[in-house]
Amino acid sequence: MIKVSGLTKDYGARRAVHNLNFNANKGEIVGFLGPNGAGKTTTMRILTGYMPPSDGEAIVAGYDVVEESLEVRKRVGYLPETVPLYTDMVVFDYLKYMGDLRRLPDVEDRVDEVLDMVGLLDRAQGYIGNLSKGMRQRVGLAQALLHSPEVLILDEPTIGLDPNQVVEVRELIREIGKEKTVLLSTHLLNEAQNLCDRVLIINKGKIVAEDTTENLQARLLGAERVVVKVRGDGDQLADTIKEVKGVRKVETLDDGAVEFEFASGKDLRPEVAKQVIKTGYDLLELRPLGMSLEEIFIELTSNDGKKK
Amino acid sequence: MNNIWTIAKREYDNYFNSPLAYVVMLAILLPLGIYFTLILLFSSQNALMGGGTAPDTLQINWLFIFLMVFLAPAITMRLISDEARMGTLELMLTAPVKDFEFVAGKWLGAMMFVLTAALVTLIFPIVLNNFVSPGLDWKTVISSYIGLILVASAMLALGVGISAIFSNQFAAFFVTLGLFFFLWFFVNMPAGLIPESSDLLNYLSMSYHFSQNINRGSMTLAGITYYLSLTALGLFIGTTAIEIRRWR
Ligand SMILES: Nc1ncnc2c1ncn2[C@@H]1O[C@H](COP(=O)(O)OP(=O)(O)OP(=O)(O)O)[C@@H](O)[C@H]1O
Ligand SMILES: [Mg+2]
Repeated sequence: MIKVSGLTKDYGARRAVHNLNFNANKGEIVGFLGPNGAGKTTTMRILTGYMPPSDGEAIVAGYDVVEESLEVRKRVGYLPETVPLYTDMVVFDYLKYMGDLRRLPDVEDRVDEVLDMVGLLDRAQGYIGNLSKGMRQRVGLAQALLHSPEVLILDEPTIGLDPNQVVEVRELIREIGKEKTVLLSTHLLNEAQNLCDRVLIINKGKIVAEDTTENLQARLLGAERVVVKVRGDGDQLADTIKEVKGVRKVETLDDGAVEFEFASGKDLRPEVAKQVIKTGYDLLELRPLGMSLEEIFIELTSNDGKKK
Repeated sequence: MNNIWTIAKREYDNYFNSPLAYVVMLAILLPLGIYFTLILLFSSQNALMGGGTAPDTLQINWLFIFLMVFLAPAITMRLISDEARMGTLELMLTAPVKDFEFVAGKWLGAMMFVLTAALVTLIFPIVLNNFVSPGLDWKTVISSYIGLILVASAMLALGVGISAIFSNQFAAFFVTLGLFFFLWFFVNMPAGLIPESSDLLNYLSMSYHFSQNINRGSMTLAGITYYLSLTALGLFIGTTAIEIRRWR
């Protein structure tokens, strides 16, 4: 459904995207992960026919994004990162307008349907300018869903939503992903993890890793990190923990807690707990730390550096 | 073609959401109304004294177009520049709409707005027709109105084209106004000095064809071609500006 080969985009002298290659198939949700400025939005803008690439080729829904841009645009639903909307329009009128441009039959019924899907039926007659950020996000999503597109491209779809809405929108995307192709970008590892079948990690315009979420995690998380809190002094606690064989990178935090790390696979938490209690501390907390995307990135790029 | 109409309709409705549109409407209709009343009073005075010529509506349409030199830039300035500023251009450029259709839709929306004003001014010839005998020369009135539509078409197309170049509506306004000043007042100024080129210079003038020919009832081919060419040029500039935005 999406086939990208050798895709490159230069903004003047700055190369934003460099020789990207990837595919996304029907019934697949693919996540685009990367730090700020990685080139996610740029790639999506090329795939939606907003701008042509400087080099390379992209086929979306069976059509070339440059040669047959209109055909691509008919078949793609797009939620831009900035969620641009006509703030001086009524929600319903706006969606009807976008539906008219797509020549949808029975536009008005369809608008009600998508408004229901994103939970905004009660705001249909309100001005977009009066909606909250999260609600606007959902109007943008409704617009992307309007024509039941074969390919859905969502640039950070859950940013700015409240936790309940995040769950609902993810549920919606998951549902759509069963039959359509979804490409979404995110900064959140856990979002990629519980939503995407496959993840592309992009950094500085290049894909640095591509795999299923499980595999990526196992590959990237060479170590697991744990935080320990006790009643008492942190520095002494650190010394105690250092005595356990296998722990690495023991650090005392400002609040007296201590963090340490061990190679993934052999869980040292029981040993550490025993040691802490044996020394006579009251153990308050022993908690594994999930790795944020940023940390994984630091891992990934520094590992790359060592290997080269 | 369908898309052009959809876009034009939204733009037309949208005008009536903004206070600027009402100000513009008023700025057209109020001076015309006052001017019309003055013409009526003046010629009835003359008629009482047994002299003067019968009033006609040519002056009114000339004033309409003259006001448009200043108001058309205000009507078109935000049409595309504001979409670029708000980011909604990204929606339009990823919808299945051709760049030309988008630009033409904007132009048509602005045309419909001006035509609404022009429709209101039809009151003047209709009222006047009852005051003068043997009635108005309708052929001239119709020619004058066609001329008005042609000039408006050229102005609004150029305005939309320039609006597509900028992301700031005030930049679009001043550049459009500057261009109209040039084409209206200045382009054929040297015509008196260089008689050899006066034909060409007059041909290039935006006011010449209207005030010298079409408004007086003679639909010249040169005039029609001139205004239609400017319309095409404006739409072409707009479409090209959008294409360049994509490639940047
Ligand atoms: N219109 C533009 N003109 C010039 N440079 C641009 C433009 N848009 C993006 N860039 C540059 O291209 C690079 C990639 O930007 P892009 O917006 O694609 O990143 P992103 O992965 O979407 O980042 P984020 O997570 O912050 O949304 C950045 O260095 C950015 O500065
Ligand atoms: Mg982005």
